[in-house]
Amino acid sequence: MKGNVVKYARDNIDTDVIIPGQYLKVHDYAELATHAMEGLDPDFHSKIKEGDFILSGKNFGCGSSREHAPIALSHSGVKAILALSFARIFYRNSVDGAFLLPIEIDQDAYDGISEGDEINIDISTNEIKNLTKNQTYKMKPFSEIIGKIIAAGGLFKYKPDQD
Amino acid sequence: MNIVEKILARASGKSSVAPDDVVFADVDKVMMHDVSGPGVLKVFDKLKKQGIAVDKLWDPTKVWVAEDHFVPSADKLSAENIVKLSNFTKNYGIEKHFKYGMGQYGICHTLSHEQAMVMPGDVYVGGDSHTNTTGALGAFAVGLGHTDIAYVLLNGNIWFKVPETYYFKLNGKLPDHVMAKDLILKIIGEIGNDGGAYRTMQFGGSGIDDMSVESRLTLCNMTTEAGAKNGIVEPDQKVVDYLSSKGATNFNIVNGDADAEYAKVFEFESSEMEPIIAKPFSPDNTCVVSEAPSVELDKSYIGSCTGAKYEDLEAAAKVLKGRKVKIRTEILPAAISIYQRAMENGLLKIFLDAGVTVGPPTCGACCGAHMGVLAKDEICISTTNRNFPGRMGHVESQTYLSSPMVAAASAVTGKITDPRDLI
Repeated sequence: MKGNVVKYARDNIDTDVIIPGQYLKVHDYAELATHAMEGLDPDFHSKIKEGDFILSGKNFGCGSSREHAPIALSHSGVKAILALSFARIFYRNSVDGAFLLPIEIDQDAYDGISEGDEINIDISTNEIKNLTKNQTYKMKPFSEIIGKIIAAGGLFKYKPDQD
Repeated sequence: MNIVEKILARASGKSSVAPDDVVFADVDKVMMHDVSGPGVLKVFDKLKKQGIAVDKLWDPTKVWVAEDHFVPSADKLSAENIVKLSNFTKNYGIEKHFKYGMGQYGICHTLSHEQAMVMPGDVYVGGDSHTNTTGALGAFAVGLGHTDIAYVLLNGNIWFKVPETYYFKLNGKLPDHVMAKDLILKIIGEIGNDGGAYRTMQFGGSGIDDMSVESRLTLCNMTTEAGAKNGIVEPDQKVVDYLSSKGATNFNIVNGDADAEYAKVFEFESSEMEPIIAKPFSPDNTCVVSEAPSVELDKSYIGSCTGAKYEDLEAAAKVLKGRKVKIRTEILPAAISIYQRAMENGLLKIFLDAGVTVGPPTCGACCGAHMGVLAKDEICISTTNRNFPGRMGHVESQTYLSSPMVAAASAVTGKITDPRDLI
């Protein structure tokens, strides 16, 4: 998976800034996308292109259980979020709904990757290659269940009985 | 095993489970509201296109539905969502649908205990992050997103990683005019807003023994703000009496074993707590009220699943009785049953005499939806649960989180005020 990075060098990007509460009544995915990151970055849509990644700090997606958050990001074109850590419901929603990949990274990757860098994420080797800077970082492997749900294409396609 | 492990072992048909085990647990109760319900319908539409049958639920008697976020309907879109929700419950045979304008209704987490919808030992999932609230009754209560709720509705179970448990031993009774909200803000301030991430936060000790069920609900409610998977209190006689008073008597108490293991134990001297606030823009940005910044408040908001239970209103009334508010103040009881008790016991008169606007039950401005959202630069003190940028309205508004007593005292003075300075 190859794409460019939009970096928010901060912790605790919460669901209220990813998709403000006033839009919880909206269930049209394309419309939700138009409001993605509205609470934090009015220029989000001019920065993000289909297939891009977001890079951020600790506790990404904290706050509400709103599935609108991964939906708004994924329908804006975001394919993966790279973060030092994730809030649990955001993480779970991203994977179970097959909206985007939540990738846990270490400090080296966080510090090494800059806004605009082109990177390649390989979840089979757990490696992130920074093609712009010619560096390689490790990502934290997915837990067994998460890996299986991702491989299946979401919770509804995952068949626990066939394990 | 501790209480959570015992509940998850029972629900997954295993003799024992340990932290990090992945289980598929049978669900006992599931809740949706006017945001997650239409969200689940959207998932159903997607599934239908993939050829997955969505024509009947696994067990409609285990499903209940609240209308709370955008009610009374804030605009056309909200009204359409309420219609969708009504059609949903009708088409799928869900009878427990609390509709506004038709007797009892209110915020989902408040109904979970006011209506005794959830029992000790239950695996209870809800399409809302503050589902954690109901762990105060001794249930494993967890918030999930739309896809997961849709999965539960169709299959009756869902995967969980068995969480590690952090045990919070609370020592001693809270002092007068200090509330459970102060205590949970103190805890979140200490451990940080990811300090409980992916874990259970269990509360116990003499501070819990002395605490009402409603106060315990406040503690569990805000475990979400520490990133916890769930909050829980082992059920005791107070819980049994509480549920009996709501007409529920048929339940099995589950408690942890004497040799239950906890990943970490924290101790807090609840008897030495002081009123505490969380400053913008995070629930862990706390300070004691005596060190609060001297800001001119525009508004006081007493509402939400966190801060508008009957006990919360009673505490606010103690402060507001015979006084007048100096800033705009709204009180929104969290359910009709609470509204009614507040009327019968004279609280509404105290509020109205003080100049407060009393509104209907709704999540309202807590999540920036409607009914009192904040304008740019407005500063609010609020009994709600989060104060991220834009949470209650404009991204450049500010929210200070507090107990109902601090919010009421601050309403009287227009500044962040310790209730003990007024009483």
